[in-house]
Amino acid sequence: MLTKLKHHAGKWTLAAALGLGMASSASAVDLTMYYPVAVGGPLTKVVDGMVEDFEKANPDINVNAIYAGNYNDARIKALAALQSGEPAQTSVMFSIDIYELIEQGAIVPYDDVVETEEEKAWLNSFYPALMENGKTQGKTWGIPFQRSTIVMYYNKDAFREAGLDPENPPATWDELVEAGKKLTKKNGDTVEQWGAMIPSTGYPYWMFGALAMQNGQTLMNSEGNETYFNAPATIEALQYWQDLGNKHGIMPSGTIEWATLRQNFLEGKTAMMWHSTGNLTAVKNDASFDFGVAMLPAQKRRGTPTGGGNFYIFEKSSPEERKAAIKLIRFLTEPERTAEWSIGTGYLGTGPDAYATPELTQYVKDFPPAAVARDQLEFATAELSTFQNGRVRKLLDDAIQSVLIGDKTPAEALDSAQKQADRLLKNYR
Amino acid sequence: MIRRPSQSHIHGWLLLMPAAVFLIAFTYYPTIATLAKSFFSQGNAIKPSRFVGLENYEYLLTDEVFWKVVGNNIIYAATTIPISIGLAMVMALWVNGKLPFKSLARMSYFTPTILPMIAVANIWLFFYTPDIGLIDQVAGVFGISGHNWLGDPDTVLGCIIIITIWKEAGFFMIFYLAALQTLSPELEEAAKLEGAGRWYYFRRVIFPLLMPTTLFVLINAIINSFKLVDQLFILTKGGPDNSSSLLLYYIYEVAFSFLDQAYASTLTVVLLIALAVIAISQFVFLDKKVHYQ
Repeated sequence: MLTKLKHHAGKWTLAAALGLGMASSASAVDLTMYYPVAVGGPLTKVVDGMVEDFEKANPDINVNAIYAGNYNDARIKALAALQSGEPAQTSVMFSIDIYELIEQGAIVPYDDVVETEEEKAWLNSFYPALMENGKTQGKTWGIPFQRSTIVMYYNKDAFREAGLDPENPPATWDELVEAGKKLTKKNGDTVEQWGAMIPSTGYPYWMFGALAMQNGQTLMNSEGNETYFNAPATIEALQYWQDLGNKHGIMPSGTIEWATLRQNFLEGKTAMMWHSTGNLTAVKNDASFDFGVAMLPAQKRRGTPTGGGNFYIFEKSSPEERKAAIKLIRFLTEPERTAEWSIGTGYLGTGPDAYATPELTQYVKDFPPAAVARDQLEFATAELSTFQNGRVRKLLDDAIQSVLIGDKTPAEALDSAQKQADRLLKNYR
Repeated sequence: MIRRPSQSHIHGWLLLMPAAVFLIAFTYYPTIATLAKSFFSQGNAIKPSRFVGLENYEYLLTDEVFWKVVGNNIIYAATTIPISIGLAMVMALWVNGKLPFKSLARMSYFTPTILPMIAVANIWLFFYTPDIGLIDQVAGVFGISGHNWLGDPDTVLGCIIIITIWKEAGFFMIFYLAALQTLSPELEEAAKLEGAGRWYYFRRVIFPLLMPTTLFVLINAIINSFKLVDQLFILTKGGPDNSSSLLLYYIYEVAFSFLDQAYASTLTVVLLIALAVIAISQFVFLDKKVHYQ
């Protein structure tokens, strides 16, 4: 509340300072924007700072940027605000919420809002892989803002100790198993160091999207009304994941906790881990050993899903407000600000021009792991996103977990998940 | 001064009004709205909500996840309730006796209660973490190899149950302690004069006199066994494969992750009915066994 007051007070002084001579306060546009932060506190300051810069550059637009918790909270809050008639013109929300938002009639496509050729060109200035989760039905609904991919962190010291080349991390599934076997250290029955860990709580479907893509299979179509959970390549991918624990013994069997995995890696309990690029800065700050970051290994090809949040424009907004929202979004996704954002967080720069800025060029030069996620974008695909997203995601999550804990075979679990997903999605075809 | 009856009626109703307004706004209206909603389909911009009768309930009968969480919840209730009440009673008797550092012992038993559940869950998350967690490190000293406590469907619900007992027993202890302090010391003296042993004294005197407290604690414990799901958000999110999911957590998932308020209402109605049946049967059957002084 206090911060809100301060915020308002700040705005009034700002408005007073800038607006004394301007009698055009009647034409000022108020924008309300919700945004989530999925990786921790100080980022809200970065966003607030950028919004303030925008207000300075555009005195006729007032932006009320509201931090709304994690992705789930942000969606609930924004939708609740819209339903209760509270104004909200734009928000950052989970990129995979797109179908849900379309179905609720909550958002408008950018194609209906942009006017000039220049603005249309702007729509095409982002990495295509990051646009996949924002496009459907031939239109663009989401603009990438805080986006990530999965990368493989590995312990170079452990690699040296096991007689592996620390500059040559495993690049294929077979190499991963081979290296994993060398890296798994046992003392009697107790494993002192595991070869690799892939987290399977929290977002199992996300990790699985990477394995499936590496086996040449996407999990759904771009209309969001069909899933490919029981395609042969999908089943193979889940079999491989289960084998890592049960057959090859390089990963603990059962599920692996998302939240404590980073700690496992930092304490040397696993030599490799798959995790979000969002962890890069934290690992960099806390690792007591030499670590490396690599692209995920390939089977038929390399692959990873993207993740993170997009900008949406809400349907309940006037033409002026939409124009102002576009201005704001363009401002926040300018290369310089994207570069600043990427350095501060570990999130991806959203377009090639961000990596061309002097700041990010220098940062990548000093800290090469920061470039891995960008280079991997070439092989990236959309994160699992369909109509009835919450339910469909849970079907896949449960199937994955039931296989990893040994209750079901991959074919059984995925067949059943596919059947139930079909039942949910057939109304949308 | 003599009032006419109608006047005192108005007076009574006015006194009841503040409480009644809140109860209606936050309890009865939501209950009725939930019940009504459970007979409608989930609407959206393309398909508006429509009356579907018992369709949501039919789906519930075929919903495997629902039956699994009901089973989990029954196990959860059947273990957390008696164990935490039993422990609470033992702890209360212990810290009520003559004991050096009595207040310290009381405080340490009560500490888990004052910690927020979310904080507790974050601490326990690192207790349970395989290999690097506290439990595995202690076990490692004795040569027992690590176990994936939260990742194994056979142990995960047990882990959740232990946290709940740890958290609740201290809370219930406070009620027992208060009750024990109201017992007249003459009872103990009389029992001693009659030559009653400590166990006999507990069984025949203390335990019956604690019954009103036990009833109160029992009701609380039962409500909590359906209500306390905060730890799941941090520890397991109901996984692996719903092995640790409880009814209320599933309702949350359906309502806010699946955005299906119609089905969430249906599940809520089932939960309400279950709780109502338990509460009524408690008051009908158990009340006879309770002796109020």
